[in-house]
Amino acid sequence: MNGPTLLTAIWLIPFLTVLASLPVDRHNHGLIKKISLLGNTVNLGLIIWLTVRFIESAGSIGTGAGTGATVLHFAMKLPWFELLNIEYNIGVDAISVLMILLTGTVIVTGILASWQVTDQAKEFFALLNTLVAGVYGVFISFDLFTFFLFYEIAVLPMYLLIGLWGTGRKEYAAMKLTLMLVAGSAFILAGILGLYFESGIASFDLMKLAQVNFAPSFQLWAFPLIFAGFGVLGALFPFHTWSPDGHASAPTAVSMLHAGVLMKLGGYGCLRVAMYLLPQGAEIWMPLFLVLVTINVVYGAFGAIRQTDLKYITAYSSVSHCGLVLFGLTAMTYAGMKGAVLQMLSHGLMTALFFCLIGMIYGRTHTREIEKMGGLMRVMPFLSVAFVIAGLAGLGLPSLSGFVAEATVFIGAFANPAPLNRVCTVLAVLSIVVTAVYVLRTANTVVNGPLREQFKHLTDASFMEKLPVVILLFTLFGMGLLPGWIINLVNGAIDPIFHKVVQQ
Amino acid sequence: MAEIFLAHSYLVLLLPLTSFVVIGLWLGRSNPSAAAWLAVALAAVNLAVALTVALASFGHVFEPLATGGASALVALNVEWLNFTPSLTARLGIYLDPISVVMMVVVTTIALLVTFYSMGYMKGDEGYGRFFALLSLFVFSMLGLILSSNIFQMFVFWELVGVSSYSLIGFWYQKPSAVAASKKAFIVTRFADAFFLLGIIMASYYAGSFDFTVLNDPATAKVLAQQTLPWGPGLPVLTVATLLIFVGGWGKSAMFPLHVWLPDAMEGPTPVSSIIHSATMVVAGVFLTARMFPLFAAADLTMEVVRVVGAFTALFAAVIAITQFDIKRILAFSTLSQLGYMMFSLGAAKISGGDGGINSLAYSASIFHIFTHAFFKCLLFLGAGVVIHAVHNNDLAHMGGLRKQLPKTYWSMLIACLAISGVYPFAGFWSKDAILLGAWQSGHYLTFGVGLLVGGLTALYMFRFFFLIFHGESRQETHAPLHEDPVMTLPIMILAVPSALAGIMAEHFFVTHVIPPLSSVPSAGILPHADWLPVAASFAGLAGLLLAWFLYGRGSRALVAVSQERMGFLYTLVSNKFYIDEAYLFITRRLIFDGVAAPIKWFDRRVVDGAMDAVGWLLQRGGNGVRLAQNGLLTLYLGMSILGIVLLFLFGNLPF
Repeated sequence: MNGPTLLTAIWLIPFLTVLASLPVDRHNHGLIKKISLLGNTVNLGLIIWLTVRFIESAGSIGTGAGTGATVLHFAMKLPWFELLNIEYNIGVDAISVLMILLTGTVIVTGILASWQVTDQAKEFFALLNTLVAGVYGVFISFDLFTFFLFYEIAVLPMYLLIGLWGTGRKEYAAMKLTLMLVAGSAFILAGILGLYFESGIASFDLMKLAQVNFAPSFQLWAFPLIFAGFGVLGALFPFHTWSPDGHASAPTAVSMLHAGVLMKLGGYGCLRVAMYLLPQGAEIWMPLFLVLVTINVVYGAFGAIRQTDLKYITAYSSVSHCGLVLFGLTAMTYAGMKGAVLQMLSHGLMTALFFCLIGMIYGRTHTREIEKMGGLMRVMPFLSVAFVIAGLAGLGLPSLSGFVAEATVFIGAFANPAPLNRVCTVLAVLSIVVTAVYVLRTANTVVNGPLREQFKHLTDASFMEKLPVVILLFTLFGMGLLPGWIINLVNGAIDPIFHKVVQQ
Repeated sequence: MAEIFLAHSYLVLLLPLTSFVVIGLWLGRSNPSAAAWLAVALAAVNLAVALTVALASFGHVFEPLATGGASALVALNVEWLNFTPSLTARLGIYLDPISVVMMVVVTTIALLVTFYSMGYMKGDEGYGRFFALLSLFVFSMLGLILSSNIFQMFVFWELVGVSSYSLIGFWYQKPSAVAASKKAFIVTRFADAFFLLGIIMASYYAGSFDFTVLNDPATAKVLAQQTLPWGPGLPVLTVATLLIFVGGWGKSAMFPLHVWLPDAMEGPTPVSSIIHSATMVVAGVFLTARMFPLFAAADLTMEVVRVVGAFTALFAAVIAITQFDIKRILAFSTLSQLGYMMFSLGAAKISGGDGGINSLAYSASIFHIFTHAFFKCLLFLGAGVVIHAVHNNDLAHMGGLRKQLPKTYWSMLIACLAISGVYPFAGFWSKDAILLGAWQSGHYLTFGVGLLVGGLTALYMFRFFFLIFHGESRQETHAPLHEDPVMTLPIMILAVPSALAGIMAEHFFVTHVIPPLSSVPSAGILPHADWLPVAASFAGLAGLLLAWFLYGRGSRALVAVSQERMGFLYTLVSNKFYIDEAYLFITRRLIFDGVAAPIKWFDRRVVDGAMDAVGWLLQRGGNGVRLAQNGLLTLYLGMSILGIVLLFLFGNLPF
């Protein structure tokens, strides 16, 4: 299979999975799940193959480090809608490959974690697969129109997934989440159209647009539109409020995908579109966004302290951790941008594990209120230990992925000597103490202490439940202990973007 | 030959790691008693490896003072985390006098404590898990000691933190243990955040994490010339070293970050023992010694190190006199001894504007870490035997145990004499060296505090000793007690170095464990003060005699009188100066209720309220949102799909 075909296959397979499950009887949940699992596992296999091939070809073609030029691998362009100059323009750089790998991991584990779903399973898995196809599409698109199209495909199924399969105030949460994200999309769309018309070449091609020097007056208004538009999905303060309600209401696999992957589209878009195409706008607006994301980091952590619902705690911790992604970007330094990409990966894996475990714990205790739990270590040691490890990854313990990412972000942030940056860096670093407080409070209350009478009969995870947990734990430790290969890949991808941003 | 042993020094890390992985993932559950034996066996092999490396170090790492300074050897160095093209964190093994000494101390203590735990933890349902966590703890401590750069040190520093967290909270169903483990982690984490900032700052200006670079005299000069671009224009050198020192401040539980250590007693006694004698709390002192050349260049930092150390030494000793929980007394005694080690490092900078480096004060600090490890480990293990026997931690329920626990009695007596600094036991030599160092450097007040604390140490240690072993028994039941040989063997072994480590090792420490070259010149060999050992011994004896008068003769009447006379003061001290209550106020009232709760309210009511208000306004303002509630989204979705279909139909993709 040649490279571009492989890329196309990766986003088509989830759709094919949907098609394959169409003729299945709607009560045959088992078969529907198996088809879905099979399709996505095969896809994950392809993605791993893609990664290996990428590493090989990055070695031979060169990563573009030092030259300032982005080198796309497995690139292909087909004219699609010639009237508007829209192209099916695909390719990958290291960031895309790593994000695709993350997505593949999270969807497979998400499906495994949804093995209990029986209510309208056919529609549930169809929507889940559609969403994932959209995510893959975003990561391979280098035409802004198709990029946006895939982006919408990824965002919209969320409404139905939360509204129909959610819990609690699900209609309200789904509506709020969707309206806020759609409002963000509207900003992005306006920005993209601006780019298209202002460029003078009437093109959506990201690589061609990157050659254009946009007028400063245009950059001034387009940058905040696009950055904030993507920022909504990345939980940028004050547009983060969809996140706690949305996550709290969403079913397990949806939370995993949403926090694990979809929120990463925000940071990805901020870096790939906003900062890469509009570096002067970035220069002007960064102090404002820096302040906002510092609020994200600190405020999210404080917000998590007083929550008592496991999903709310995780949602606020996501606000804080996704804030670190944007925080790395706003540093406008090499290590900062690199740290942002690492943090996307790390947070994706970690938060997927968190939501996966919360789902399993909730399935047993039927409550997510931490005050009502306690001593679960005694009856479910496997889940409890995994829960503590996920927490430790969240507070940035060395040997787990979070530390690698956070250390890089902080070192990158400090490397910008502007006083405002230094002050924000100090605040962000000190927020790790607050993170430790809510992580330990949560872990200790849920896992430790005396076991409650009504939980004495509970059982530990079954084999099918252990599988996704082990996979995610493996990736967390893998990234935390041997980050070298990931960092080498990211170096090559960050280099051209960094050069473009700094040269202005 | 020696080179081969040095090159394979990484084995010291590999063995405890193997022990952790094998026991943690498999053996701990399937066969706990085999797990314990495996842990002991690997710890024994590890001690052998460490001793081999230490012997091989002579002629390579240890070089006498005459040759100008200690040398270091990087035995392994692999790239781990690449931040920027010029800044990379590596994983390496750094052998120099202090790391080799600490490596021997940790592996020795680890073996004895692991062996002892087989007796102490017998019958516990977490038996296997205990040995896995203990191995992880030892691995982390050894990694910390052997780190070749400050970033790697931070990595292991955090691992030490998390493994001690899991050991302090080992009995996870006990609320007090869970609370203590959380407190230990959060207090040290608070300090670590500053440590991390210090690392980031130092590495940014120095361009490296490596100790070989950071401790280079040239680096100190570079950092001293740089000033921060904001604030009152402090030199980077001062700010960065102070920030790094805060890390050590928290880990070594210096006042006022000491609050976690007494509570950490909630863990099983072997854990307390290893925390106090190996490199958990000593890590802060070790860090200061490790960064000594850089710290020494910053006068303010050295001053802070000395004052904080001296204050903690006195403060903790005063509290120790009034405590009744025997493990708490030992905890405060550790705090006080850590204060000695810390102020000695600070006192290595001779008083006065351009004072040089007093090598003795530095050597004395490491020497005291060395001797203290043995007798403090003994004291804790002995306390464990006592607790095991009477099922109580409280002095009020002990007394007269001398006859029933004879082996423990004699061993503990040696340890108490050693910590009180009585000639010729181990503590005498190291404490004497510390006091002499402070005197030579011209820090007379610090010296005075040290002398006073020496007397207090003898007082609280022998109060502890007499109330446990002498006088009438105050036990509630009078069942016959016995000493488990698995537990008494390590204690008796430790009695040997507690007695002899000082007299045998003094010469070695003074001549071989000396500070590396720094930008501050060495002051050479300073004159000895012959009266000083006499004064120190006198202080120790005075304390001991006072303890005998107050507690040794079995009469508690006098004690009661002194408690009444002192009244308010006694209450203040026995409540540990209400520092814990102050913290509780800060965390509960200020952070939880004052910051977190308003933020929660603000987020729900103001930020989210604003978002909802926008929706509401739109609803009132036009038909847009009314449509949304009637299914605009379905419409939107439908339109999107229609759009895509149209694109496919009229576009010219081949599929």
